[in-house]
Amino acid sequence: MNQQDIKKVQDQSVIGGIIALIGRVLLAILIPLISFYVLYLGFIFLRDSKASREIITLVAIVWGVGGVALLFWVFNNLVEKLPDFWRSRLLPFVFVGPAMAILAWYLAIPTLRTLWISLFNRDGPPDGLNMIQQLMSSSFVGLGNYAAVFTEPLMQEALRNNVMWIIFGSTLSVVFGLLIAVLADRSSFEKIAKALIFLPMAISFVGASIIWNFIYEYRPAGQPQIGLLNAIVTGLGGTPQAWPQWVAIAPWNNLFLIVIVIWLQAGFSMVLFSAALKGIPEELMEAGRIDGASEIQIFFRIMIPYIRGTVISVWTTIVIFTLKIFDVVWVMTGGQFGTHVIATQFYRQSFTNRNSGFGSAIAIVLLIAVIPVMIYNLRQFREQEAF
Amino acid sequence: MRSKKRYGKLLVDLTLLLLVLIWTIPTMGIFVSSFRNRDDISTSGWWRVFPYRDWQPTKEIDPKELGLDPNGVMNIEGATGTFEEFRAGVETGDGKRITWIGNKRIGRVEVQEQVWTVDWNFTLDNYKQVLGGQTFKFTKPDGTIETVPGDNMNRAFLNSLSVAIPSTVIPILIAAFAAYAFAWMKFPGRRWMFITVVALLVVPLQIALVPILRDYKALNLNGTFLAIWLAHTGFGLALATYLLYNYISTLPRDILESAFIDGASHFTVFTRLVLPLSVPALASFAIFQFLWVWNDYLVALIFLGGNPEFELVTQRMAAIVGSRGSEWHLLTAGAFVSMVLPLLVFFSMQRFFVRGLLAGSVKG
Repeated sequence: MNQQDIKKVQDQSVIGGIIALIGRVLLAILIPLISFYVLYLGFIFLRDSKASREIITLVAIVWGVGGVALLFWVFNNLVEKLPDFWRSRLLPFVFVGPAMAILAWYLAIPTLRTLWISLFNRDGPPDGLNMIQQLMSSSFVGLGNYAAVFTEPLMQEALRNNVMWIIFGSTLSVVFGLLIAVLADRSSFEKIAKALIFLPMAISFVGASIIWNFIYEYRPAGQPQIGLLNAIVTGLGGTPQAWPQWVAIAPWNNLFLIVIVIWLQAGFSMVLFSAALKGIPEELMEAGRIDGASEIQIFFRIMIPYIRGTVISVWTTIVIFTLKIFDVVWVMTGGQFGTHVIATQFYRQSFTNRNSGFGSAIAIVLLIAVIPVMIYNLRQFREQEAF
Repeated sequence: MRSKKRYGKLLVDLTLLLLVLIWTIPTMGIFVSSFRNRDDISTSGWWRVFPYRDWQPTKEIDPKELGLDPNGVMNIEGATGTFEEFRAGVETGDGKRITWIGNKRIGRVEVQEQVWTVDWNFTLDNYKQVLGGQTFKFTKPDGTIETVPGDNMNRAFLNSLSVAIPSTVIPILIAAFAAYAFAWMKFPGRRWMFITVVALLVVPLQIALVPILRDYKALNLNGTFLAIWLAHTGFGLALATYLLYNYISTLPRDILESAFIDGASHFTVFTRLVLPLSVPALASFAIFQFLWVWNDYLVALIFLGGNPEFELVTQRMAAIVGSRGSEWHLLTAGAFVSMVLPLLVFFSMQRFFVRGLLAGSVKG
């Protein structure tokens, strides 16, 4: 092979290299473009298509699930093509970026935006002005919405009811969960009992509302009752009532709604307590028995102190949950008959009354109520040295 | 001592049995009712499927044959009373009851005795009607025909699937990538980003609804599947990232390191090693998110509320409660249709579900 040939080969390889580079750059641009185009087509199809429901369902699932995977793959591919220096710096953000962006868009920034909106009247901050001008505008009401949250009669009713929900709902869920866990631990049909108590956890609030509506169903006295509770009450000689709608006993009619949530949540607390109880060393209880402690003493003096941590965390979880209770009330009574709670008031103000300022103030009050838990979580996290 | 122990055990079993019964009866009531026909549901309690004592006719008498005067006091088969009293039924001393059926002119008299009986006229019609979407004809006891529209849960069921599956998979995928990065990559801002995730765990989603709805209106996204997938992703992501981080960060270091030494990229390690190894954690979060999204009502109400085409199962059910709350044949069957899938998921994957609960799968 002479010099010229070598030169030729080198030339070819340079040209080849350039073509390959152009090809790669083109691919790097084309693949994302095609991907985005395909995703866009999918979006348009789902929004406007009149195809049969089955096909739309299938396309939706494939497009939704596949689309996200495709995006990760495309971005990873793009970054992998970069030089080492950039790749090692950018790659972590390809992985963590989408999660942080979505969290920022859906939770972090809305917190600030809601706080801002809550300072304005029902029209919200006027568009097209900067923040200072918005503050000067006539729709700025300062803390007026917060004053209204605590003075408006329906809101006061909602706050009172939420306190009831928290006190009765969370406490009784914990008590029943604990009772069932302890009993199941000693019974001869632990598994099946736990599965049946746990089953309501899989049922939606709307479904649960229907189930319990059927229990509370009211027929005028004299007619055969088809709701179980009224059938029992009339069977015992009482008068039938439309229990959750029974305004005469307000606010205690809320208890008929709270029962539903206890029914749903006892399974949750039972599972956690059951696991915690199984962690108590047998020797500890045996030692108590030898010292002559009764089973009740063992329960209060040994078991409860041992699982205190679990009790607190289960209780907090259900408190947060009952604080935001919405579906049950909305479907059962729509907040009428003195059963409004904070979340139904939030919905009513924000979306029915279209008073976004007031609605946002309610949301901020909800947020403030969970801040102690947030601080506790962060403190726990800081104690884990590992991160 | 031993007998005391046995009594204690019996007491435990009986108390637990009572509690289990109380917890099961509400669901059972609606389950049984969903198979009873429309008239039975609205006129008698579902517990009639259990044996009960009822009056059954043993003999029929034509009042004209006896020459009775319905306007005065009558004496039939040893019972005396006015027409109104016989209409309600007059009991004789020997366990019989005499009842006048129909009106004064063309009525008949029945001699009835109490017998044990059950109502077992089970039917699948309620399910057909709640899924089918046409109108259905009912013959009332007095012979008139009533036309009642059915419902179209079928479409709602498919819509719920289109919402629930991507809303479960998308946050898991995004969270798994993020959890991997938090656990195995070094980058600036890693610590405070994770602190943000922890802080957002308990933020109530109500805080986001108004601003996000504004964004969706501006982007013209409202009432689309994408809108609700992203919303559920946003609200479930903090928990998903936190849980998956807890799991992924405990994967054995040497397996991953040997893969890196063999020249594998992060993407390869993630898809080929970390995802398969994390299946238990992914599954337990998946069940939670699926149940949560399937059973959700509020988020759907706000982001899909305006579009009846995209109505979900929970919205459909709530709408039936609102507009046709007395149509118990639709409600009972509909409630069960809405429960089938979550119950299946729940019972087939109960193991993962409980494990997830113990790992702290509790959403803010």
